[in-house]
Amino acid sequence: MLADSVLRIAVLYPELLGTYGDGGNGLVLQRRAEWRGQPAELVHVDAGEPVPAECDLFLLGGGEDNNQSSALTGLTRTPALARAVERGAPVFAVCAGLQLLGESFEVKGGTHVAGLGLLDVVSMRLPRRAVGEVHVEVRAELNLPDLTGFENHGAGSRLGPDAQPLGRALVGIGNGLDDLATEGATQASIVATYLHGPVLARNPALADLLLGRALGRPLEPLDVPSVTALRTRRLTAVRRQKKGHRIGR
Amino acid sequence: MSDNPTPVVRPEVSSDKPESGTAPAPRQVAPRLSARIRLAVPLGTLAGRMSRALGRGGGRTVAGRVVLRLAPSALEELGARHRVAFVSGTNGKTTTTRYLAAAMRAHEQVVSNDDGANLLSGLVATLMRSARRPTSLAVLEVDEAVLRTAVQLKPEVIVLLNLSRDQLDRTSEIGRIMALWTEALTKSPETVVVANADDPLLVVSVRDARPHDDNVIWVAAGLGWQSDAAVCPRCQSRFTGGRAFRCTNCTFARPTPAWSVNGDQLVGPEIGPFELDLPLPGQANCANAALALAAATHLGADVTAALEQVRTVTHIAGRYLFLHAEGCDVQLLLAKNPASWKEMLAVLGSRETAIVLAVNARGADGKDPSWLWDVPFEVLAGRNIVVTGERAEDLCVRLDYAEVPHTTAPDVVTALRQMGTGRCDIVGNYTAFQEARRLLEPHAR
Repeated sequence: MLADSVLRIAVLYPELLGTYGDGGNGLVLQRRAEWRGQPAELVHVDAGEPVPAECDLFLLGGGEDNNQSSALTGLTRTPALARAVERGAPVFAVCAGLQLLGESFEVKGGTHVAGLGLLDVVSMRLPRRAVGEVHVEVRAELNLPDLTGFENHGAGSRLGPDAQPLGRALVGIGNGLDDLATEGATQASIVATYLHGPVLARNPALADLLLGRALGRPLEPLDVPSVTALRTRRLTAVRRQKKGHRIGR
Repeated sequence: MSDNPTPVVRPEVSSDKPESGTAPAPRQVAPRLSARIRLAVPLGTLAGRMSRALGRGGGRTVAGRVVLRLAPSALEELGARHRVAFVSGTNGKTTTTRYLAAAMRAHEQVVSNDDGANLLSGLVATLMRSARRPTSLAVLEVDEAVLRTAVQLKPEVIVLLNLSRDQLDRTSEIGRIMALWTEALTKSPETVVVANADDPLLVVSVRDARPHDDNVIWVAAGLGWQSDAAVCPRCQSRFTGGRAFRCTNCTFARPTPAWSVNGDQLVGPEIGPFELDLPLPGQANCANAALALAAATHLGADVTAALEQVRTVTHIAGRYLFLHAEGCDVQLLLAKNPASWKEMLAVLGSRETAIVLAVNARGADGKDPSWLWDVPFEVLAGRNIVVTGERAEDLCVRLDYAEVPHTTAPDVVTALRQMGTGRCDIVGNYTAFQEARRLLEPHAR
């Protein structure tokens, strides 16, 4: 994007994909840009409205099954996300958002529905719902500290060859469908995870990675003491927990 | 109490109500209890007393469990000896139950689970207490998920308040509750439903059971929280019309209400409009009162007398309690989930008090406090705020990103000390509120 212009962050279908506080990810990105002197605005896109293709960053959150299907109907009608990926604008997706971007996902009754096909993952029901605190070691080349978050999902995801895991769940289920305890997925400009919290509130380095990519320049450090305190507390709490609430494949 | 008494327009009530169709069912002679249950009730009572003596709480849950185990027919049998009214919904159950019980007490003897024990065991325990006074009215708060089984009590009335997200890590899907409610209402076609017409999800669960609104009294009670019904639950298209919602695609729309609440004004069928003028703050309590009064009127109460009684309710199990502690004039407020936090922030926004916010994330609270980001804490900017609770760190991050300055304290008592003097509201989610109540209730005024 051009220097001195406003960073535009699209929050897609917040009323459908905002069940678990994921709308907070948009606020975190906006403030972390503003606090560095970079003006930023949130563009809330309601279901049925056109997705503005010229935004710099796109956010998808989690939602219940019905809402996920409604969101898919809207997103299949617009090329905006595919265009965003083509031009390298970051797309950040959580939970239902991750599944929507994938090749397909399973809905109640066992039907497999085609997703947007932008992320090489296939999502299927897990043997039981994955609920609890998660601790993720991020894939080395992303150069990020460990992630902390809360997962709450009935389906998991298997990655195909074009996608790479965001990291490995040290505690928690994560993608839940492979033997490597992978969590999340990245592909081209897409970063996707199962973590709520909201995840960018608990993991400022991940927020800054997305901002840096959207702005096309490295960001100066930003210390928010309350965020550091929260990370320390959550990571300590999760280490005290048993090794993992892992479930069978 | 209200500081600025406004002139109150009393409802005009003609002497010839209740009209046909709203009269209560004639009371029946109570059938004799089975031998099994006559044995089970004293045993359950004993177990409850022992539990209480051991300091395991009020003992009611234990008593009810014992009776249900020994006499599986307890629900039906006890139900046959009472007229029963249920209150269920995500938010406002306890307040509305208290309102309805108060309204009916002017009219007849009432038993109620005013301790909030709203699972089957709690219902049975409450009915046991008055098993010897079989003609009394039982006003029962019923957990949303228990309603389907509880209809074995053959309630005369079910009041349904609203349906929104609560403790997501446990109940996960609203759709499941909607289906349970539809099933409950399908199983009890004689029961009159008094339901909030302004809540689309609630309307769907009622209409799926009663497509022609048979035995339904719709109350336009308002809805503070729209996010869980963003699109038409029938066809996923967008709504228009705000409170009086209408789908832009299909025929689904807000039912025509018999009662309506607008701000503080309530209007019913040939009743009112009149001011509610409640001691309890906020729009949600006006909605609770409207639904309780509609149900009470159906059950045969005089609306004027009922409202007088509703106005005597000034605090409920510590909620809304005024007290003086550490030099501050304090009101204790409970906010359990995004909907009730949003409501509570609206109440706080109309005041100039200092504020203590207390948040935990134990089982009863829901273990994921992500919902903090769905609540518009931004409205608190400029207020004197102290944050406490086991998840104070999560709330501090939320407030920082909302650019709302605040300080922290290890507990509510220390928080009040930090405040100094003056008026202060303490808002906590479930277990944080209970903790604040335990620490501060001894100071109640």
